[in-house]
Amino acid sequence: MDYCPHTPDDIKQMQAAIGIAGIEELFSDIPGKFRIKQIPDIPQALSELETMSMMSDLAGKNKLPQFTLTGAGSYHHFVPAVVGHITGRAEFYTAYTPYQAEISQGILQAIYEYQTMIAHLTGTELANASMYDGASAMAEAVVLCAKMSGRSKIIIARSVHPEYRQVVKTYSWANGYKVVEVPYAASGQIDLDVLQKKLDDQVAAVLVQSPNFFGVVEDVASIADSAHNKGALLAAGFTDGTSLGILNPAGSLGADFVVGEGQSFGNPLNYGGPYLGIFAAKEKFMRRIPGRLVGATVDKNGKRGFVLTLQTREQHIRREKATSNICSNEALCALAAGVYLAALGKNLKRLAELNVYKTQYLKNKLLELSGWEEVFPAPVYNEFVLRCSDARKVNKKLKKEGIIGGYELQKDYPELKNTLLFCATEMISKENIDKVIEILK
Amino acid sequence: MPKPNPQDRVYSRDHEWAKDNGDGTVVVGITDYAQEMLTDIVFVELPTNGKKVAKGEPVAVVESVKSVSDVYSPVSGEVIDVNTKLESNPEIVNQDAFGDGWMVKIRLSDAGELKTLLRAADYEQMLKEEKH
Amino acid sequence: MELIFEISKSGRSTADVPASDVPAVNIENTIGGKYLRNELDLPEVAEIDLIRHYTNLSRRNFGVDLGFYPLGSCTMKYNPKVNENAAALPGFTGLHPYIDERSAQGNLQLIYEMQKYLCAIFGMAEFTLQPAAGAHGELTGVMIIKKYFEKKKQKRRIVLIPDAAHGTNPASSALCGFEVMELRSNSEGGVDIEHLRSLMTEDVAALMLTNPNTLGLFERNIEKVAAIVHKKGGLLYGDGANANAFLGKVRPGDLGFDVIQLNLHKTFSTPHGGGGPGSGPVGVGKELVDFLPVPRVVKKDDKYKWSEKFPDTIGRVRSFYGNFNVVVKAYTYIRSLGAEGLKRATEMAVLNANYVKEKLKPYYNLPYGRICMHECVFSGSRQVAENGVHTTDIAKKLIDYGYHPPTIYFPLIVPEAIMIEPTETESKETLDTFCKAMIAIAKEAKENPEGVKSAPVTTPVTRLDEVLAARKPDVCCKR
Repeated sequence: MDYCPHTPDDIKQMQAAIGIAGIEELFSDIPGKFRIKQIPDIPQALSELETMSMMSDLAGKNKLPQFTLTGAGSYHHFVPAVVGHITGRAEFYTAYTPYQAEISQGILQAIYEYQTMIAHLTGTELANASMYDGASAMAEAVVLCAKMSGRSKIIIARSVHPEYRQVVKTYSWANGYKVVEVPYAASGQIDLDVLQKKLDDQVAAVLVQSPNFFGVVEDVASIADSAHNKGALLAAGFTDGTSLGILNPAGSLGADFVVGEGQSFGNPLNYGGPYLGIFAAKEKFMRRIPGRLVGATVDKNGKRGFVLTLQTREQHIRREKATSNICSNEALCALAAGVYLAALGKNLKRLAELNVYKTQYLKNKLLELSGWEEVFPAPVYNEFVLRCSDARKVNKKLKKEGIIGGYELQKDYPELKNTLLFCATEMISKENIDKVIEILK
Repeated sequence: MPKPNPQDRVYSRDHEWAKDNGDGTVVVGITDYAQEMLTDIVFVELPTNGKKVAKGEPVAVVESVKSVSDVYSPVSGEVIDVNTKLESNPEIVNQDAFGDGWMVKIRLSDAGELKTLLRAADYEQMLKEEKH
Repeated sequence: MELIFEISKSGRSTADVPASDVPAVNIENTIGGKYLRNELDLPEVAEIDLIRHYTNLSRRNFGVDLGFYPLGSCTMKYNPKVNENAAALPGFTGLHPYIDERSAQGNLQLIYEMQKYLCAIFGMAEFTLQPAAGAHGELTGVMIIKKYFEKKKQKRRIVLIPDAAHGTNPASSALCGFEVMELRSNSEGGVDIEHLRSLMTEDVAALMLTNPNTLGLFERNIEKVAAIVHKKGGLLYGDGANANAFLGKVRPGDLGFDVIQLNLHKTFSTPHGGGGPGSGPVGVGKELVDFLPVPRVVKKDDKYKWSEKFPDTIGRVRSFYGNFNVVVKAYTYIRSLGAEGLKRATEMAVLNANYVKEKLKPYYNLPYGRICMHECVFSGSRQVAENGVHTTDIAKKLIDYGYHPPTIYFPLIVPEAIMIEPTETESKETLDTFCKAMIAIAKEAKENPEGVKSAPVTTPVTRLDEVLAARKPDVCCKR
């Protein structure tokens, strides 16, 4: 199967128009000794029917669980039907970046609305059109803070998602920055005393998440004060975006940047991607932030319209002087997020509350079992950490029943032996939780 | 057509001007020719007071919709004032590059540098040559 | 059109939330009042109004499914629908990234095989699928180069980049602490070999080359270029933006490229989504495999698993495993076309570009006249000189003819550039009608330049005031 509409006669006519006798002549600039006749080791072409059945077989080799109690940076939420119907419109998904504004008003306005909703949700004044994912959004914030301040030390809370910390470390290594980790206190929040000790006038940015990787809500206001006292900037993330339905956002608590994963807003789990990085900032950073930005303006007749704006920040104009090399966003994922937030509206608060109810129910039920104990006393949103006698065995038992258990923290935190990070979203029913308790009794 | 280049100041080859205040300080801006080449200026990034600059080093940045250009300091010294009006009204540079569109005031560290810059006539000669 | 906020009315919503089947708790007591927000200002719209809002927005957007989209360098080929259906299978969309490997064998096999196919197509030793976009892949590729020299304990400061390159190349290099030096193009649009010789020292880490380059021309001296770079111990980086020009014809690995990055959303037909998500795999030669990002899929006894046991890795560049669902679409594409189909795609893409080039040559300046690959670059300089009509005007006029304009003002080395990439999925009839429109515009530029300059007139808005947008930025609706 291929998608070329050319008939043999078309090809003949086109060759004649170009003045060549055969297709091979078009490739005469490629030195002959390197030219190949055929790509080796690629299976034979398939018809559409064969393709679909082969792909279904492959998908069938995956085992979808009954339900999952793991979040850890990727959250299973219900996606209202409207989201897929809108993102499935070919006018959106078969378009490129909106360079030609007059025929791209659809995605431009949708992104402008997305930017506005995200700015509000995060308590900031502006948001870009989205980035690759939560981790790279955080890493981009690091580069920006370092470039603006001329400082080269980065402080990151150990309670930030382990993979985000790894991405930040990779970007920092490439740029020659030093990364310092600050431990968590017994509460599960960042150890403020250690943070203050490690803060000096070489620190460009402090990075935290709230809720953090343990599900714990951080005292962002105090962290912001500490950072600002030393002239450092605060880039605060979050884990599950739906938490913003009830939590006071970091932007309102003094964070300079709010960076996080937007997957929770209408995007499926997709085995880790595509997702979208949320990048929001205080107004004063508008002309410095990375990524695409859509702005409102007027046309020749004074009619409102939207364009990509402040492009002088970007690589195609500033080239090696740009703070970031990013040149696209995750537009379709951002569109999904915008539709999701518009669909939920104020119900996002009720959804977030429901997540808290389910989480508290699961947590309390597990704590009733013998041998289970709470690890961190600080307040949580929809994730929490418990210790049990054998974390691996617990997950094995659940797996047998088709349930994905908690995330084993020991992998990333050797000190947290036999602890599990559980998550309960609105997708988990009382029946599900009661079944888990039954299995683990 | 660009406005004539005033006689009361000196010019750099990078299209900046410096006007001697006679008290060891100069006012610096870009020429009318430069603003015309840049087209509509949408943003001017100015330094903070107290910044030390050497001759030929970037002291400000001007942006149009599709370009970014450094403004090089024509003299060495310390920035003692910046034209904050440009922050919200960058179009002033387009309208009056030699007057209200000034960018920074610099306290000279070497007054002799002024003599190394071009007079208006020499600057115009340079422009003519550049065009050919 | 109204903003979603302007049609919002208190008390409405689209999505409801189920009643709780577990006991409610007091949120203030559970989380603490000081951590809670006191207002939530999101739009409130009924489902019918929401659907109409976004559907009407979609009607103000142009995509490949609506018409010809010859946006040079972006490879706007048709996005096959079977790819979308395959990627939407619940087995692919429904897995949590931290599910145990035994439950994700289908995904792991797909990733593993995709890497093998890309190795076969491009002649590289290994691929990573972690980078989320082309520019992200570039950054990853340059990081790999940096790590390679770190490991060799060589301090090399410079990356060479041709003047015609995409802006991402210098930006990616600078983000890895390299200094960028610009390499000149010669009169036929290729690398200026003498200039390369003079710049290529033992302080140069790599040459970043797009081949075919952004003029759509294949680098005839590629063997020489590779030899000059390698002789001084440098690496040759290939920007795969233009890979649609050579599948099944030549393999970058055979030409001497040490690192390449791809764009699955260009070459392998995954939709661009209005600016993403894309996917930017990076392929490397043997000496660089150890530096690839982790985790990597490994196969043992017909079972697949993730491994982080690669001590020389650059680390991670993204959470989880990249834009997996985009990879599913590209995998579907490769399997349905097979080796023969991929080759035919390239042949028809190059045929189409040369056909357009021949047809338009009499009407627009063609700065480089030789056979082009998958795209051709014209200059609007004749129209500027004769009629005062600029490339922007020509582009906007094409909109009134029902086309998405080509890429304009790029590459920077061609004044008033018009870069046309038809792709292989367009028929001769589509190209003929498009060329007719281009010829009509050239004619109108002569006879009625104002008519071209006032375009577009068929769109919901006319030309927008970009100066105002940048002077008084409004990037967030203040209500």
